[in-house]
Amino acid sequence: MAAKKKDGTTETPPAGLSRRGFFKGVGGGVVAAGMAPVLLRAAQTSGPVAVPITLNINGRARQLTVEPRVTLLDALRNHLDLTGAKKVCDRGTCGACTVMMDGRIVYGCSVLAIEAQGARIETVESLAGPDGRMHPVQAAFVNNDAQQCGFCTPGFVMACKGFLDRNPAPTREQALKGLGGNLCRCGTYAGVAAAVLEAGKGGRSNG
Amino acid sequence: MANTKWPTTDKSKYLAKPGILRIDGPPKVKGEAKYAYDINRPQMLFAKILSSPHANAAIRSIDISAAEKMPGVRAISIMTGPGAAGVSAQRVKVTPQWDGFPIAAVAADTEELAKDAIRAIKVDYEIQPHHVNAFDLDKAPADRKPAPQAQLTGTEESLAAAFKAAASVVEGTYGLSSVAHCCLEAHGQVAEWPAADRLKYIASTQSVTTYNGQVAMSFQMPPANIEVSCQYIGGGFGSKFTVDDWGLVCAELSKKAGRPVKLMLERDQELQIAGMRPSTFGKVKVGCDAEGNITAWESTIWGTAGMAGALPGPQVVPYVFVGIPNSKRTGQRISTNVGGARAWRAPNHPQAAAITMTALDDLAAARKMDPLDFFMKNLALTARPNFTIDFPKVYREELTIGADLIGWKKKWQPRGTTAGPVKRGLGLALSTWAGAGHASQCMCIVNSDGTIELRIGTQDLGTGTRTALTIVAAETFGVPMNLITVKIGENSYPASGSSGGSSTIGGIASSSRRACTEALNQVLAKVAPALGVAPEALEVADGFVRVTAEPGKRMAWKEAAGKIGPTPVSVTADRDKPGDQAPLFTANVGGINMAEVTVDTETGIVRIEEMVAVQDVGLVVSHKTCESQVLGAMIMGVCSALYEELIYDDQTGRLLNPNLEFYKLAGIGDVGRLRVHLMTGPGYDERGPIGVGEPAMNGPVASIANAVANAVGVRVPIAPFTPDRVLAALQQGGRA
Repeated sequence: MAAKKKDGTTETPPAGLSRRGFFKGVGGGVVAAGMAPVLLRAAQTSGPVAVPITLNINGRARQLTVEPRVTLLDALRNHLDLTGAKKVCDRGTCGACTVMMDGRIVYGCSVLAIEAQGARIETVESLAGPDGRMHPVQAAFVNNDAQQCGFCTPGFVMACKGFLDRNPAPTREQALKGLGGNLCRCGTYAGVAAAVLEAGKGGRSNG
Repeated sequence: MANTKWPTTDKSKYLAKPGILRIDGPPKVKGEAKYAYDINRPQMLFAKILSSPHANAAIRSIDISAAEKMPGVRAISIMTGPGAAGVSAQRVKVTPQWDGFPIAAVAADTEELAKDAIRAIKVDYEIQPHHVNAFDLDKAPADRKPAPQAQLTGTEESLAAAFKAAASVVEGTYGLSSVAHCCLEAHGQVAEWPAADRLKYIASTQSVTTYNGQVAMSFQMPPANIEVSCQYIGGGFGSKFTVDDWGLVCAELSKKAGRPVKLMLERDQELQIAGMRPSTFGKVKVGCDAEGNITAWESTIWGTAGMAGALPGPQVVPYVFVGIPNSKRTGQRISTNVGGARAWRAPNHPQAAAITMTALDDLAAARKMDPLDFFMKNLALTARPNFTIDFPKVYREELTIGADLIGWKKKWQPRGTTAGPVKRGLGLALSTWAGAGHASQCMCIVNSDGTIELRIGTQDLGTGTRTALTIVAAETFGVPMNLITVKIGENSYPASGSSGGSSTIGGIASSSRRACTEALNQVLAKVAPALGVAPEALEVADGFVRVTAEPGKRMAWKEAAGKIGPTPVSVTADRDKPGDQAPLFTANVGGINMAEVTVDTETGIVRIEEMVAVQDVGLVVSHKTCESQVLGAMIMGVCSALYEELIYDDQTGRLLNPNLEFYKLAGIGDVGRLRVHLMTGPGYDERGPIGVGEPAMNGPVASIANAVANAVGVRVPIAPFTPDRVLAALQQGGRA
């Protein structure tokens, strides 16, 4: 396994050292700072090359090889067949690609896959229990029919979970403000508002 | 024996019951539902389309040599211009006539490589003059507007006399800008060739059973060799009936490369070329007598549907109030270099409502009447003698309920009379839609373990098709919903029509009701000997087969189904039965919408405070999903009324907002409090199921327009009512 140094040359980790350990070893900003030279170098030559990366997704280490320009969203959808997060605007406006990174809500289309290394990534596929039992936020979406075509729904579910993790018992006004980063075309907002308030009761959404 | 006649909602166990949840809710909230965009196949390639950046151009040459040599590029097709060939090149003689017009397509190993290759294709364009906006009829070049069409009710003389005799006459300009369907799942599909003469599509389509027929001619193969699947679709709204250039080129690239290909439009292309609702503007003159009875109407409407798309004709107004005794209606189309119109959730109706209900509201204001009283007074003009619906009665009942829900009589005040800079206003609108069921066949299979399966070649746009079918089967068999499996979304199942025009529920409810009833009767025939009666003496209820005259004499459903034996009962039935004098569905519904808004006259910002929809859909089948559709229509109405608009640049001819930052949709905090009341009971139930997707879409823009006028005291003519338009209207009306 090889990685690029800041001067653009390649450094191979000593045998026995894990990739993550190696990045830690080169230190500093770890992933993002370590990869920037790859992009620079790529621009000067024939094009960015695919690099092997490891992502911690839903509690599993997943290895894949992607170009540095590949977004976390495209890595999930095209390389790992995790298609719950949807591609809609592809530029950080609609929230359909919402996933969690280290417990924080992010738009998967606006994070590079290489930047997501080392972070704990959770997608909508991780919410239901091992027996398939729905997470309280998911159950509240079903109870309140907070979906029609359903394409924005997984992103909305993740946004609701992330919001409730931080605001376990929100008021309606807080919820409407907190969920302002997700768009729906079918018009399911009334159901979503009811769902987030139902799931929020008693702070049930810690799962 | 069972018969197909629908029970009324008060006697039914499943029809119109609010507690029944959408059955495909769980896979959607879990992210398990697979849309075309989500399909990954082994060795699948990703395709992208090169679009024209010009609104009107000729193509001198296209050079794909550099793209062909790029790593990972597996197939290229030129779709328009020199070198165009193959099935996707059906427009080879056509030049790109709008921003986003497809020129070529590339399939490559990854999305990124496909985009690189698109950028490497060199096209030499010869730019030609364009015209993209239609706000001003006079400014449109003469060759862009064919002669107007006119229609007359009464005579020119009777119209002139009616206006002369009128106690009040108002004249105004109204209208709606072009909007996009803006499906969140972009148009597209995955295509692959399992064999040289067999093609399979997994497509985002509103028409799973007509898709193969559309493709068959292009590839010169029998429709039977083309398999089409659509289990989930991320929005359609009328824009996904056709296979389109991208559907054809996707299969062509797949054939060339010998691998599955996925081609989904990019977001900018989705907004540029995948569907728009035509703009429609109107100048209206309307008059009434001293009591407020409408007596005369004159209108000129115009707009654009692109180069050739369907545009509302002069006949669409006056909307709902079709009985105005004297009227003259003129219509004119303007051809523009923009992506063409497609059927947009209730073609013509939101525009017709936004032109009619506003003009009538202005007339009520001129007469100093509360519009609720004014509209009530004129309801006789909505009557349609040959229809199965009594419109005046329906509208009267709905207006009464709506007024009560929103507190109309308590809140309403004359125009522009709120104190302070933030003004409050109320508005209302009436709407209608036909929504007759489409052609449909359904197969019902009953197994000896009591499970029941429906197979039907329809699709669920998020409207609740699966849920409605499950409800019909449960109601017919008198068994719990969990015994029923509904299979849809494949063209190998018995054919139903395209899901458009709110025609799905009338079609699928009727065919499934007939299939289930006939299958049940076959089961009853097998059970009858065990209960010692004739089949005619039996009925089903609450999970039992029982003797109608002696309900204690019964057999549990599962035991009864055991009498079927190893071969399942299987029945395919049609929507209609020859000789059956009682159709299971009808057409035509009425609905009303009321809106309360606040308008900040210093910033021009309009906010929705509350909206109420009271909707007739004939017989409600699936209450929850029906209500969701009405809510969704109200929210889409808010988008059209306040936010969304395709903005074309006169200078470059390009669409300025082909993205979701500047093509504005309402967010969750923008829609106010929404309430829905679905009409049920006598006058409604017995008309059978009628579609709801469209009807509820038609009133909201008009009711919001009227609420804004009521708030600020002047008419803001053109939706969306953005701050600049509100402030301009205030200034023009001397209220700034």
